[in-house]
Amino acid sequence: MTVLAVPAAGRTTATEVEAAAARIRHHVVDMCAGAEGGHLGGSLSCVDILSVLYFDVLRVDPERPHDPGRDIFLLSKGHAAIALYATLAERGFLDPAELAGYGRRGSRLLGHPTRAVPGVELPTGSLGHGLALGLGLALSARMREAGRFGPRRRTYVLLGDGELQEGSCWESVMAAASTRADHLVAVVDRNGLQLGSPTERVCPMEPLGERFRGFGWDVREVDGHDHGELRAALGTAPWTAGRPGVVIARTVKGNGVPAAENRIDAHYTTLPARVAARAHRDLSLRKAS
Amino acid sequence: MTAPVAAPVATRHAYRDWLIARMRDDPRVICLDSDTGLFTGADFGPAADRYLDLGIAEQNLFGVAAGLAHDGWLPYVNTMAAFAACRAAETVKIDIAYNRLPVRIAATHGGLAAGHLGPTHHALEDLAVMRAMPAMTVLVPGDAADTVALLDQAHDRDGPVYLRLGRKPTPDLPPAPPPRIGVPRVRRDGTEVCLLACGPLPTLRALAAAEVLAAADGVSARVVQVHTLKPLDGAAIAGAVRGCAAVVTVEEHWREGGLGSAVAALLASRPGPRLVRMGVGDMYVSAVGSQEELLDAVGITAAGIARAARSALRPGLDSPLFATF
Repeated sequence: MTVLAVPAAGRTTATEVEAAAARIRHHVVDMCAGAEGGHLGGSLSCVDILSVLYFDVLRVDPERPHDPGRDIFLLSKGHAAIALYATLAERGFLDPAELAGYGRRGSRLLGHPTRAVPGVELPTGSLGHGLALGLGLALSARMREAGRFGPRRRTYVLLGDGELQEGSCWESVMAAASTRADHLVAVVDRNGLQLGSPTERVCPMEPLGERFRGFGWDVREVDGHDHGELRAALGTAPWTAGRPGVVIARTVKGNGVPAAENRIDAHYTTLPARVAARAHRDLSLRKAS
Repeated sequence: MTAPVAAPVATRHAYRDWLIARMRDDPRVICLDSDTGLFTGADFGPAADRYLDLGIAEQNLFGVAAGLAHDGWLPYVNTMAAFAACRAAETVKIDIAYNRLPVRIAATHGGLAAGHLGPTHHALEDLAVMRAMPAMTVLVPGDAADTVALLDQAHDRDGPVYLRLGRKPTPDLPPAPPPRIGVPRVRRDGTEVCLLACGPLPTLRALAAAEVLAAADGVSARVVQVHTLKPLDGAAIAGAVRGCAAVVTVEEHWREGGLGSAVAALLASRPGPRLVRMGVGDMYVSAVGSQEELLDAVGITAAGIARAARSALRPGLDSPLFATF
């Protein structure tokens, strides 16, 4: 049985992670400019989370995507598939050239991730499934005993904030606490907007951190676009023996593309060429600044 | 002096005892429970850490099972049929069947087995739901011996398996060679009408109906037990009904989507016998009664099956299809 030798953190410099995040944003814009369009807003809001996870936290190896010692990542908010594809491409799981095929006939890059894509652990898309899957994988690692595969695997599950309206999420929140699944880490992309409304208008969920604490979880609240804060929270999990952890990442839907930031209509969009070009320009300027 | 006859064992208890033994000799097996009470007091011995009660939360239950199976474990998931097939249906569809994961779904209280507990706990749709899922194997043992034999074969089968179990003991079926997954089992030879039955009581009552038909009508009825609803081999069903002028399907299930629908779909594509589908009509069985009494009330009795066979053989006679309740 192989054990991944890469360290849990510190593999990539902060500048490199920032650069990867910038490239991922450009890919996301390109995919949303294709014929099918894409989930622009909620993809851009989680780019920094994905970048820090894949370039600085997760023990994963594109050469051995099924290595039993790998850390697990599940995109429970599967509609952010294009952000995941772009991240996997930048991390070496996919040829970045394949991203151009997203949404086109014959491509394996569907609107929600499938296992045909290297690096995708399990398919997601219907909301409220990822946390239970992650709990299963976390319990699996525990039953195999700590140490047998090196440092015990951590399982990260990225959820949308609107997704937390699905009751199944809270079944898993309770079960993770009762099973003391401390190597399970939920990350909430708290961008505040769901498909058609602000989350607080549809179903108020604050104080979200207190809710998780009330269920027995350990909570970290961070700026979801600050790589330092993300790294400090994600990279140090598990934090407390016997308690699952959640990182509530305050984010901006559409982050990085001013025309899409905090806009309801940027949830799913097909970008006209002119708008896409402007978005690329804005992203480049942001990088330069 | 006759040997004492052992009381029949409920299929769910036969399953429980089989699983506890299997957990000891197969380290991949995990028992995931949802406060069913089925394992109260069970002694798992050295396998105790592979029993996990995740509480009354079936969506989480099946999602966790998928995560474990994805990582190489062999989870046996325990809940009632009604909750597996409806409440957790999307989890079964997406997280288990889509990924072809080897999760074994042990669904107790199948059909009307919950008796007086009422329609919230009846499962008259589970076979339809599970049959519709790609990659799913759907098994309905007829008694405790069937349960053990089918579990032995299903254990290492690819993909997910749905096992419909009962609640209280039902009488053992007459002795027969062990069932083989996918192969309908002839329980009684006959030449004129074929009674295809699924589940313990429908099979017993079909056998009794065959006696009625022989004695009262001089009709020779074949009885075939269909314990595997998926995969259902078209050639095997064609063989089972060959030579008969009429076929009656008998099941403890709504008439839509179960054995009758499966057989109708297979027979529609070829010339052959007339078909009458017996099941529970479009209604909820909302009354106090044992499983047996509720089946009586919906017309799935030996006399009802015999009547269906007569009407299939001689169209124009009274039809039992639209029993009301």
